[in-house]
Amino acid sequence: MRALVALALMLSPVAGAAQSNVPPAALSDTQLPDPAQEAQAHKLMETLRCLVCQGQSIADSDADLAGDMRALVRRRIAAGEKPEAIRAWLVQRYGNWVTYDPPLGATTWPLWALPIALLMVGVLVARGSFRRRAKP
Amino acid sequence: MTKTRIRWLLWVPLLAFLLFLGLVASGLLHPADRTIVSRLVGQKMPAIALPAASAMRPGLATGAATGTPRLVNIFASWCVPCAAEAPQLEALAKAGIVIDAVAIRDRREDVDRFLTRYGNPYRAIGSDVDSRVQLALGSSGVPETFVVDGRGIIRAQKIGEIRPEDVAELIATVRALR
Repeated sequence: MRALVALALMLSPVAGAAQSNVPPAALSDTQLPDPAQEAQAHKLMETLRCLVCQGQSIADSDADLAGDMRALVRRRIAAGEKPEAIRAWLVQRYGNWVTYDPPLGATTWPLWALPIALLMVGVLVARGSFRRRAKP
Repeated sequence: MTKTRIRWLLWVPLLAFLLFLGLVASGLLHPADRTIVSRLVGQKMPAIALPAASAMRPGLATGAATGTPRLVNIFASWCVPCAAEAPQLEALAKAGIVIDAVAIRDRREDVDRFLTRYGNPYRAIGSDVDSRVQLALGSSGVPETFVVDGRGIIRAQKIGEIRPEDVAELIATVRALR
């Protein structure tokens, strides 16, 4: 039994997500000297998904890979690259999954249409109830 | 509003709740697949030039057509499943398959120790200290193994450790590319 537990621990993703001994990349936790560029970089980081800790943005995550992704974003922003070009570079490698700002497409249109549809239903319901109340 | 209509409407919340319950149950019983597959499978391997990660092997320069199919193994000395897949890599190397490697966020002395302890099936090992190459490959963890053909096209990606039962299939895949 103990051997089984040890094996399960060895094969579990928790053990696999062990952190390395190498210190964080230079720009992972250091802001860019230019505040405008840093603001741009931070805005982008908040809308990129961490690849190992899959519910967090790379701005929020402490994982090594998230730090390296922040360094990548800052490095490219400092080199004059546009935030959307960096996002596109990552989407090209990881798919739309990596961005919290999905593009409008065949599978994503309900994200935009549904709130509007629900609002319209709400207006209809509200209109019905107000009309009833107005009657004596 | 008529009485029958109200009576009918009374069931709507219950129906909505049951629908929600069904959605939750289906999500619990069939959790979504969270592995992130690289979109570069089927495309050219990005050009990589990495310094040596170990004193025992040269660094890694890829991207060009090498003529021979090979495996590119993404590993790290601090990664436990990487140690678990070492015997399988050894078996692949014994079968004559070329294995290049990228060591993620690693120190030279740690890589050397790892290779001495678990074996060294690699032809070249590049050191990727800030995961730059890992991100360029669309890889999201260790270990991962890419199958690259002689023209430098990524043909397959194995996410997670190579298990003993995967070895025969990997050998066949690489040999089929020759």
